[in-house]
Amino acid sequence: MAFTFAAFCYILALILTAFLIFFAIYHVSTLRLVLPEYGIHALFTILFVFAWQWGTVLLNVPLIAYHVNRYLHRPVMSGPGLYDPTSIMNADELSRAQKEGWVKLAFYLLSFFYYLYSMIYVLVTS
Amino acid sequence: MDSLHLSKFKVMDSLHLSKVKDMDSLHLSKVKDMDSLPFSPQDRGLVSHPPPTGPGIMGGPYTQQPHGGFTPGSTPGYPQPQGQTGQMGNSMPYGDGLNSSFGKLNFQSPESRVVNLLQERNVIPPDGVETVKPNLAPDFKKLNCSPDIFRCTLTTIPQSQSLLNKARLPLGILIHPFKDLTQLPVIQSSVIVRCRSCRTYINPFVAFIDNRRWKCNLCYRINEAPEEFQYDPVSKTFGDPMRRPEMKSATIEFIASSEYMLRPPQPAVYLFLLDVSFNAISTGYLSSFCQILDDELDRIPGDARTLVGFITYDSSLYFFNLSEGLSAPQLLVVSDIEDVFLPMPDGLLTNLRDCKDLVKDLLSQLPKMFEGNKETNSALGAAMQAGLKMMTATGGRISVFQTCLPSVGPGSLQAREDPNARAGKAVAHLGPATDFYKKYALDCSAQQIAVDIFFLNGQYADITSIACASKFSGGDLHYYPMLHSVANPAEVERFENDLRRYLTRKIGFESVMRVRCTKGLSIHTFHGNFFVRSTDLLSLPNINPDAGFGMQVSIEDNLHESSTVSFQAALLYTSSKGERRIRVHNLCLPVTNQLTDVFSGADQQAIAGLLAKMAVDRSLSSSLMDAREAMVNACMDAISAYASSIPASQRIGTLPCCYSIRLLPMYTLALLKSAAFRVGVSTKLDDRVFFMEMCKSLPLNYILLKLYPSMYPVHNLEDKNSISKDDQMIPQPPHLQLSSANLDRQGVFLLDAGDEMFLYVGGAVSDLFCQEVLDKPNFLSVPDGMTDLPELENPTSERLRNFINYLQDQRPFHSKFLVVREDSKARMQFFKYMVEDKTEASMSYYEYLQSIQKQLKG
Repeated sequence: MAFTFAAFCYILALILTAFLIFFAIYHVSTLRLVLPEYGIHALFTILFVFAWQWGTVLLNVPLIAYHVNRYLHRPVMSGPGLYDPTSIMNADELSRAQKEGWVKLAFYLLSFFYYLYSMIYVLVTS
Repeated sequence: MDSLHLSKFKVMDSLHLSKVKDMDSLHLSKVKDMDSLPFSPQDRGLVSHPPPTGPGIMGGPYTQQPHGGFTPGSTPGYPQPQGQTGQMGNSMPYGDGLNSSFGKLNFQSPESRVVNLLQERNVIPPDGVETVKPNLAPDFKKLNCSPDIFRCTLTTIPQSQSLLNKARLPLGILIHPFKDLTQLPVIQSSVIVRCRSCRTYINPFVAFIDNRRWKCNLCYRINEAPEEFQYDPVSKTFGDPMRRPEMKSATIEFIASSEYMLRPPQPAVYLFLLDVSFNAISTGYLSSFCQILDDELDRIPGDARTLVGFITYDSSLYFFNLSEGLSAPQLLVVSDIEDVFLPMPDGLLTNLRDCKDLVKDLLSQLPKMFEGNKETNSALGAAMQAGLKMMTATGGRISVFQTCLPSVGPGSLQAREDPNARAGKAVAHLGPATDFYKKYALDCSAQQIAVDIFFLNGQYADITSIACASKFSGGDLHYYPMLHSVANPAEVERFENDLRRYLTRKIGFESVMRVRCTKGLSIHTFHGNFFVRSTDLLSLPNINPDAGFGMQVSIEDNLHESSTVSFQAALLYTSSKGERRIRVHNLCLPVTNQLTDVFSGADQQAIAGLLAKMAVDRSLSSSLMDAREAMVNACMDAISAYASSIPASQRIGTLPCCYSIRLLPMYTLALLKSAAFRVGVSTKLDDRVFFMEMCKSLPLNYILLKLYPSMYPVHNLEDKNSISKDDQMIPQPPHLQLSSANLDRQGVFLLDAGDEMFLYVGGAVSDLFCQEVLDKPNFLSVPDGMTDLPELENPTSERLRNFINYLQDQRPFHSKFLVVREDSKARMQFFKYMVEDKTEASMSYYEYLQSIQKQLKG
């Protein structure tokens, strides 16, 4: 049993995912987020690449791709941010954004337990 | 930093903030001016409320509606081809449904008649398209809101979303909330009766359980009515609450108490931003503007507190000190446009009443002051920012006159349009190039400032981007392409007339509008110029009488609690006299569980209006081609849904359509051929975008006129059928459909497209007509480009001029007039409105119907 880089990554991811869960809840309730969320998620995914945890990376790549796509297709605006204040109050967009928040919340929760399991697994096997 | 900006806005939702005061004082409510008026059932004692600005717009029917189902783009296979009647049987017994539809189709209301579109080519009745009235009980029917103000796409509301999905018609409402009215009851009461839970204003469609308790028609809560509500101000007696004006009129105005204010009512404040760059001066608009404003200075709505100010700009900003006591206006030049500041704290906005001479002096000097200006750049963004700074303390209206692309300073833009791609299918740059103007609009909205823009450009000026400043601040837009005092006098005349109306029309300040609907319905998407502050509150820094709004509605819960549903629009505003008022409109509609009733109650004009709004949104969020496809599919879906609801025997070999939606294909085709959505025809980007903006914000009857103009034969006007108005006989010629087949060489035809009218003179017109109407001996001597009719004293000429003036009086904007000879070069301007004709780039009406039929079978 040794404390490897991979184990470190999992511990870090575990903590960060806890934050992401809070972000997601915050998102659902207020529709404010978001760059920190995208950044944190990208950060630990990259760490997993360095730790050669390909299975975990594979799990996270779709979400990264979605984030990148989402940001590329955001409305024209000079600041950062994703939502246009003039259209977000349309019920269609509002419910879409909220749905997205819930799905992400579920994803992060599952990830959390997956990282917990993986961390223990890595610690035990190495 | 995901900026919702919400926190920036003061929550001004006074509509909801007001507390229900328990009435300790039983003061009798005063109803202003009411006592002297008869309270007959016909006029229901409406207190006349003179529109302060010119003639009331008595425009035609004005529909609007929104609804959720604009998904057809993604449904190439509409849901139910044939033999779907079985499914319908789930919701209604098959046999009964069949019988009832049979019965209705053949013997009942004409609205549910089956029309075979391929055979019945004359689908527009001679007296124009009918306005659908909701099929309510007689006492509700006569109380309902005028369709000119409030309309729903479906005048019979389906009971559930699944029934609505079967009909595949969009559900939504269209509102013209601040329309000039000739009669409006105004009530000044110590307490405004509202539902305690949903805050609905009491209205004719609530149910009184006894004299003291009423059941809200929106949330069904049972409320106590205050004692004073039983007092009838007309007969001055107590007793029956049904005699109250609130219970007798679906449109009513309350004078609000201080509960409805967050600050003392603001004064009327008007700021004018005038482009004086080289391009602007060469159009000559400035002298028109100064002249008209000078003429109308006394008629601008306001009171003793009214303020006005002016900023002119090219690459610098020019402010005018109009402080009281000065002998002449003082010019202050600011050339630092990157970081705008005001050259002096006060004095730029001046009291109109006290300093009228100073203002008049300035107006007479302005055109000369900038004569020969060689500066070609325009610092629009900086001028707007300066305007915002000037008005922050008060709120009000900024009117911008822009003639070219803003090229320097904040908010400067690039020419994005590729002139060679104007006829292409992929239309780019429908969205704004920058969010500068949108952010600016939100800042304005927070300070209760609206921005109205007059575009006077000949070249591309990126209306797309600049218009955002109006769109989100509750402003309005005007566009006079190629305006030039010498080269285009007709456009100048239109500009001048519209400006006159603009300056003198009614205006409401610091307003908000909320639309409520019966429990089970939900409003989900808004169309028009405003900022949506919370999910159902529209922030309208200004409201003007020419603004229309649309809302899409979905059915969230089954509507079985009641046989009717209601919509209530409440507009809270400050009048130009500093009074806080609430204008309330109520619309009541029946509910059904029968598909046939949904179809027969469909309001095709409102549907077309709503489709146009939804298609504009689709063009922006996706692409123009996608929006076109969505419109085609929406039309097809409705027709196929109807076809599958009728017995197979009526479908064979024909294109069956319900009478009430028979014009849907025609309107769809007109939309596809309109400047907003056409492809394959060279269309300037600014023209296209402006038309789209009009689709979003014009009241329904005006946008319909632009889409599908009215055409009348006028070579044979008769006094028969004429109506009389102001001692004049106004002939009423029949409406013709827009097809070249309806034109003949002997005839003369008037085409009324809203902001332009054409008199088309056929080649074989009688010499007599030329002499009597055009003052020319014969057709050959009629000149090209006549822009008005000579005033000749003979019945033929008088009838025609009366008729044209009558049409003109029914709208708040001016129509250009042009006489088009059959062989003149300008005839293409006329023929482009022949929606039913085939062109190189588009199908004829008949071909379009055939394509629908083909897809229905396929």
